[in-house]
Amino acid sequence: MTAAPDHTPIMQRPPLSVRMQPWIPVLLIPALVITGFIAVGNPTSWLTLTVSGLAMGMMIFVIASGMTLIFGLMDIINFGHGAFISFGAFVGVSVLIALGGLTGVPSLALNLLALLAAVLAAMAVTGAIGWGFERVIVRPVYGAHLKQILVTMGGLIVAEQLIQVIWGPKEIHIARPEMLKGAITILGATLEKYRLVAVVFGAAVFIAMRLVLRHTKIGLIVRAGVENREMVQALGYRIRRVFVGVFIAGSALAGLGGIMWALYQELITAHMGNEIMVLVFIVVIIGGLGSVEGAFIGALLVGLLQNYVAFIEPKAALVSNIALMVAILMWRPQGMSPVIKV
Amino acid sequence: MSDPLLSLRGVKTDIAQYHILHGVDLDVPRGQVTMLLGRNGAGKTTTLRTIMGLWQPHTGDILLDGDNIARQPPAIIARKGVALVPEDMGIFANLTVEENMTLAAVSGPIDKTRLEWIFAVFPPLRTFWKNPAGNLSGGQKQMLSTARAMIEERRLYLIDEPSKGLAPAIVSTLARALRDLKQAGATILMVEQNFKLAKALGDHAAVMDDGRIIWTGAMAELATDAGLQERLMGLSMEHA
Repeated sequence: MTAAPDHTPIMQRPPLSVRMQPWIPVLLIPALVITGFIAVGNPTSWLTLTVSGLAMGMMIFVIASGMTLIFGLMDIINFGHGAFISFGAFVGVSVLIALGGLTGVPSLALNLLALLAAVLAAMAVTGAIGWGFERVIVRPVYGAHLKQILVTMGGLIVAEQLIQVIWGPKEIHIARPEMLKGAITILGATLEKYRLVAVVFGAAVFIAMRLVLRHTKIGLIVRAGVENREMVQALGYRIRRVFVGVFIAGSALAGLGGIMWALYQELITAHMGNEIMVLVFIVVIIGGLGSVEGAFIGALLVGLLQNYVAFIEPKAALVSNIALMVAILMWRPQGMSPVIKV
Repeated sequence: MSDPLLSLRGVKTDIAQYHILHGVDLDVPRGQVTMLLGRNGAGKTTTLRTIMGLWQPHTGDILLDGDNIARQPPAIIARKGVALVPEDMGIFANLTVEENMTLAAVSGPIDKTRLEWIFAVFPPLRTFWKNPAGNLSGGQKQMLSTARAMIEERRLYLIDEPSKGLAPAIVSTLARALRDLKQAGATILMVEQNFKLAKALGDHAAVMDDGRIIWTGAMAELATDAGLQERLMGLSMEHA
């Protein structure tokens, strides 16, 4: 071995404006919260709306996180993602109804046990459906975006019809577990218990995902695969297996989001997944393709903005998130923190 | 020529509707450096990518120690001990230098002794170990790309234009690293347009044109025969 060659490594410290760039999207959240405080004018209403917005954002994040990874890693535009949301909701609700003895008693432990069973069932079933969906519907159209849109839309329609065959065509009203009903009052603001649980649960999912993606080898492979699939293969990793694993995980997360959303709305329909997908696509796009962190920030912005605007000017709520997407894409055309550049 | 580690026999590769390789026959001797030379568009990069499995040949055999790896997935070929340093370096910009290296160590944790050797050859990698690879300079990215291939002992290194676009000081650092690798007994198949570097490192040379190997022989022979260079590649190394 020869001695080290003469070479003085330097890396110029980037200017503050460049170093701050990754943090600017994060700062948008407190900026929106403060703006909301000023615009709403009433502190108690603002606190209620903020918690509601965060809860909504967390649920959208859970759904969108799987979608952005699938999009980033596999370059798949999966319009069928909504089917996993609906299936997750119906399976989870079926389990909760079956466990009525646990949900109907005023015991937090028993209620959470029933909820855990519903969540696990929803994730297991949607994960399994996701595995079949990838093999049968998605695999033949890798690399062909137009075909992906067509076949995954077709898959979504078939899935919705299947739900109607299994659970019937009517919407189903559901009651939350006993201890998650009602609200608590903090600083004069009425906060629904379930929304607080959703915030905590969504944050836990985000932290767990970050830990897996940042501190495990499989997370490393997924992050690398989002950037450069070909090179990951050339290093010796079978990307196809990673694709399948991520698709299953993404579908299971959509199922988890489905049961969370079902308890949030207390009403489920076969089309509910499709209806949420507009918000999910907005979150994936403004977050930046393939970015879990971007999806998290984007989902919170979407949830908060929708709640504030719905309170201040209900008619404007429908367009508020589209306006948010337009504004962010004008500022950062690749989304807030893109992993892949398009 | 000594016993070849890698042999290509009648390899033909198409990319979309374009026929790029028209029947490549090539032997890469074990423990030596073979330079793959030729004009732009001759098929050099396609040959490396075809060996790695990133593009599939429609006919022909690629024998790695007698094992036909043609049409096998790149991950399988990599696990058989073939490492690629691509022309675009293929680094993961959002991952740190450490994470890039960890990912390249497919057999398990990074061998600390080998890592120290790499740090000695490429000091910037130690300095910027925890930094995102996307923040490295072009030369440092090339060091990282090469180091990723070197982090484990491989049977065959496929290196595509490592000096492309780099300052002379960085090229000489890379040259030292590749010389170290060569002295350690590595088998290298390298595409290189920098003829000084090719001459300094190469034991053998194979010249490509229009998707075929048109000449093979000792690098020394090609390096000293200006007429041969002129005939094969339309230039003289004497002026390179």
